[in-house]
Formats: sequence, C-alpha cells, structure tokens
Amino acid sequence: MKIGIPRAFLYYKYHVLWETFFEELGIEYIVSPKTNKDIIKRGERHAMDESCLSSKIFTGHVDYLIDKCDYIFIPRVATLGTHKDTVCSKFQAIYDVINNIYREKNLKILYYSIDIINKDTELKAFLKMGKFLGKKKVQILKAYYIAKQAEKTAKMLDINNQNSLLNSEKLKILIVSHPYNIYDEFVGKPILNTLKELNCEPVLACVVDEKKARDKARKISSTLPWTFNKELVGAISIYKNKVDGIILVSSFPCGPDSLVNEMIIRRVKDKPIINLVLDGQEGTAGIETRLESFVDILNLQKEGGVHE
Amino acid sequence: MSNIKVNFPRFGSYNVAVRHIIVNGCGVDYIDSPPITKKTLEIGAKYSPDFVCTPFKYQLGGYLEAIEAGANTLIQVGGACRLNYYGELHEQILKDLGYNVKFVNMANADFAKPLTFYEEFKKITPNLNIKKITSAVLLAVKMVEAIDKVEDYIRANVGFEKEEGSFDKLHKDFLEDLKEINDKKELNLLFKLYMSKFKKLEVARPKNPLRVGIVGEYYTIMDEYSNHYMEKELAKKGIVIERWMNVSNSVFHNYVKEIKQSIKHYAKYDMGATSMYTINKALDYAKEGFDGIIHVKSFGCTPEIDTMPVLQRISEDYKIPIIYFSFDTQTSDVGINTRIEAFYDMIMMRKEDKVK
Repeated sequence: MKIGIPRAFLYYKYHVLWETFFEELGIEYIVSPKTNKDIIKRGERHAMDESCLSSKIFTGHVDYLIDKCDYIFIPRVATLGTHKDTVCSKFQAIYDVINNIYREKNLKILYYSIDIINKDTELKAFLKMGKFLGKKKVQILKAYYIAKQAEKTAKMLDINNQNSLLNSEKLKILIVSHPYNIYDEFVGKPILNTLKELNCEPVLACVVDEKKARDKARKISSTLPWTFNKELVGAISIYKNKVDGIILVSSFPCGPDSLVNEMIIRRVKDKPIINLVLDGQEGTAGIETRLESFVDILNLQKEGGVHE
Repeated sequence: MSNIKVNFPRFGSYNVAVRHIIVNGCGVDYIDSPPITKKTLEIGAKYSPDFVCTPFKYQLGGYLEAIEAGANTLIQVGGACRLNYYGELHEQILKDLGYNVKFVNMANADFAKPLTFYEEFKKITPNLNIKKITSAVLLAVKMVEAIDKVEDYIRANVGFEKEEGSFDKLHKDFLEDLKEINDKKELNLLFKLYMSKFKKLEVARPKNPLRVGIVGEYYTIMDEYSNHYMEKELAKKGIVIERWMNVSNSVFHNYVKEIKQSIKHYAKYDMGATSMYTINKALDYAKEGFDGIIHVKSFGCTPEIDTMPVLQRISEDYKIPIIYFSFDTQTSDVGINTRIEAFYDMIMMRKEDKVK
C-alpha cells in the first residue's frame, strides 16, 4: 500500500509527524512535488472559483496524486483547543470538499479527524488511522510517540536556527504567513528569494514555540478565534523587537487573514508593516517592486534617515 | 429617556426583539440603524479591510450611521465563523476613527458559562436586574419565533397577492405593533390577530405554482438589502419561496444530530458554520421535488463556498437546477435580475416539459 501526501496546507506544519509515523509503521508514501504551474492549473480547474489560492493549490496537489498511489492522505482538523480555539473552516471541510469534487473518481482517502471539543484528540486520531492501516495498538502507539519526539526535535532545531539568525547584521524582516503559504514554491518562495537577493534576513513567524505564541496572542487580541492565526500574532510580539520590519503574506481571499491582518496593522504600531496578498494571477514583478521599496525604506530608517 | 442609547446591527426583521431586550430588559434606550442604503455600504467598505466578507462592511456602515443618529453603546454578537471576530475589529476601527462609544462584544462571553452573558449585558448598564433581563430575553425569543412564522407564511403566499403590496404593508404593521408588546399573553394575541389578518388577504394561487428553496449564508440570506430583495423579485414572478434558514430554526432548535444523519451520503463531517444547514435543506428541497434552489452568500464566505461542490452533486443526483449568487460591494441589481430572469425561464420550461 502506498500513501500519497499532498504537499500543501497542513503538510508544512505536520510533515515530520506524518512522515515519521508512516515510516515507523513501515508504510510506503510519496509526497507530491513542489507546487508548479501544472499543479496550480489543476487546482484552478477543479476547486471552486471563489476559494482561496491555498485551497486551489491543495486541490492541485490532490489531483496530481490521483492514480499515483493507493490512498490520498487528507486529514481534517476542526478544533485544536477549547471551543474558543478554532481553525479556518477550510480545514474542517477539506475532506468532504475533496470527496465531493472527485466523487466520480471514487478516491480512496486516508484521513484522521482532530476535534478537541468532541474529545477527538490527536492521539485518538492517529490510533484510529493506524488501526485502519492494519497495525496493532502497541505498534501504533510506539510509532506515534517516536513521531511526536521527532516533531518536537525538528521544531526545536528550526527555532534554534532561526534564533541564531536574529543576531545577524543584515536587515531582518519578520514574515507573518501561514506555513503553507510562505513555504510554498509558488506563493512564498519568490518572496523569500527576493528578500535574500536584497541582502535581508527573513525571520518566519511560523517558526516559534506555538504554545508560548498562543498565550502571547491573547494579550494582543482577546477574542481572536483561530489557533493558527494566534500563533502568528503571538510570534509578532516574540520577535518584534529583534527585527526591522514586518511583512504580512496572505493568499486571496483568506477569511481569517482578512480580519487578522487588519488588526495587526492597527495594533502593532512600532514597526513598519506591509501587507502582501497573493492571488496566483499576477507575475512576481509587482511583488518584487513592493519588496524593494519596503527594503529601501527600512534601510534608510536603519541608517537614521527616516524619522517618524 | 436614558442617556444610554444602544444600537444593534440591522438583521432581518429581528431588531424589534433586540429592542425589547434593551428597552424592557436593560431599561435603557434603543436606537435602530437607519435603513440600509448604498451609502451605508459605501462608508462601511471605506473603513473595512478589502476582502473581508460583506456583512462586516454593512454592519460597520450601520454602526457609523447609528452613531450619527445618537447611539453611544454598540452591541456585536459572536458566531461560528469570521463573525466571531467582527466585534473586536469593529471596535478597533471605530476607536481609530475617534469615536468615543461603548462597545459590548458578546464574543467575550462563553457558551459553556451562561453567566458570562449576564456579565456582558451588565456592561450595557450596571443597574441590570437579572430577573428583568431574563424575562425580556425569554419574551424576545418568543417574538423571534412569531416573526419567523409570519414570514414563512408571507414567503409562501406573497407571490400571489391580489392587491400589490398588501402583504408588505401588513408585515410592517405587525413589526410596528410588536414594539408595544409587554408579555407573552399580549404576544400570543397579537400573533393570532395578525395571522388571521394575513389569511384574509386575498391571493390567487394557481394550482401548481413554481417552488424555489433558498439556502446559504446566515446574514446575506436573511438581510433583504444584502441579497438585493431577492425574495421579493422571485415572488413577483409568482413563485412559492421556502427558506428554512432563520433564527428560530438555526439557533433555538437543535437539529444537528438529525441533520448529520440525513446528509451523511454527501458529507461525513460538519464543514463549519451554516454549511450543514445549507446542505441539508438543499437535499430536502431536492427530495421534495422543488423546481429549483438558490444558493446565496457574501463573496469569499469559506463555509458556504465549501458547500458548493456538495450542492453540485445534489443537483446531479436529483436533477434539480441550482443557481449560485455571491454578493459583494460591486454587485449590481441589473446583474442579479438578469440571472434570476434566466433561472426563472429555465425552471419554467422544465416544468412545462414535465407536464407534457
């Protein structure tokens, strides 16, 4: 049996956990390639017109995997904390959305569902999935704990690496973006590359101690409902004083970001901020121009040329 | 007269029930936002983030107009989608614009702890009497149920009224008289009186009229300005309209278990916000042999976008036409009417074919 993992959405947050888990259980898997023009086209063809660029990309990756594996892996997340912690409803719906889009293909989907309010924890979700894969409880538990350990280690390394960049002499810019956007070859990579060409050090808000960030976020915005946005908002207060500017990166028309970015711009007053919204239509030229002028301003400010 | 003047965003016909809670429950004044106009949306959109859903813009515009009309205390509710974060951002935007108003945000309250709602109400006025507010809320619930029953009847019949505008006029009178209600007994009498008045209105209902079901996103489906008076446009064509989505059905009654069961061939999980209701009702209308279904939402509404692939499957399985409307600040009446016209022609022809 071969599992196909779409390189999109939660993949970027959980790939170490997933990959280690499957490896420990001896399950073969493939990951779809980095997002390319073909994948974008597939997504645009099959996803609803109005859905966000990121979910079109996800659909494109699923489309790519059809007929290349036995099961396509599409986990679902509804709630991660208390009932006040939600995620974008896209993560709640994606399993059923894909199932309906591709109904005539009769896709075989491997899934799990995390819904903390209804007591469906991550552990429970993985146990169920492991059982579906025909494994014994002891095996599954062992694989899960090893995968959790690997996930923890990987996150720690990422955070440590990033922390060492914070001492860099270069202009440091905090990128506030969901991991599935900033790590995406098509959406975020061009931004990171441009910044590096401009001799800047991008610092990623999604590389952060998530729990600590969620706690911090509550102080910035008390009713913010979305867990993933909380982590980003909290990361701003953790990294803010160590960077020169902030770039918000969203995919059009992201529901949570449409409100949260506005709140960030209104409440984070002591750093220059720009807001980039990507719709997959335009080329990179417009983005490059905006990045260049933003970096120019930050450089001037650093040299003491611009006073507010 | 109190120096506290409370406003709640315009929402369908329900403001009269909110008014009751504020006036009789909190003992302070209530100010309605002026009727929504193009200007409401313009000023709302001007100060809102670009691609936030349209109800946010309507409500911000409504707050600004209410403040101009004298409101100094604004209420926002929580919800299962972006609505849950409306309040905090509305409050921030108004503050940044320099308005010195009190903002009461029910998203601060916790459904698991009902007393937290009392704490929120207390922010409206510190002299809150728990007995008074409780009985006002309970009566407001009954008012909402009465409003919903009356409007169900209107939707089924207004398309065939003999005297143009007769239903509309009576509906307005009913909502006006609701303001004077003080207890359950009065409400029951008023409801009965108006229902009998409605039933006396002459209708010329054909034997087998076209039937259309409306499904979709919470605010846009219930706010007639937001959906460009779609129900009225349809009624003018002699169509029976059914809309299950209202506050009584979606908030006061809990059908979640039954709904999950009935839609399980289409959706394994709850897809968020109103998605289950949309799918369930579309399926019901399809099974009941309606002539068509209309799906409405504001642009970018994620949970409702996600129901669309499901609705497409229902449409295929039951051979029922479904038309999709997405409303934003750019939507024009002409565009909407042209599409409704085409949809009407199509379902009419299908019906004629069936009769043959």
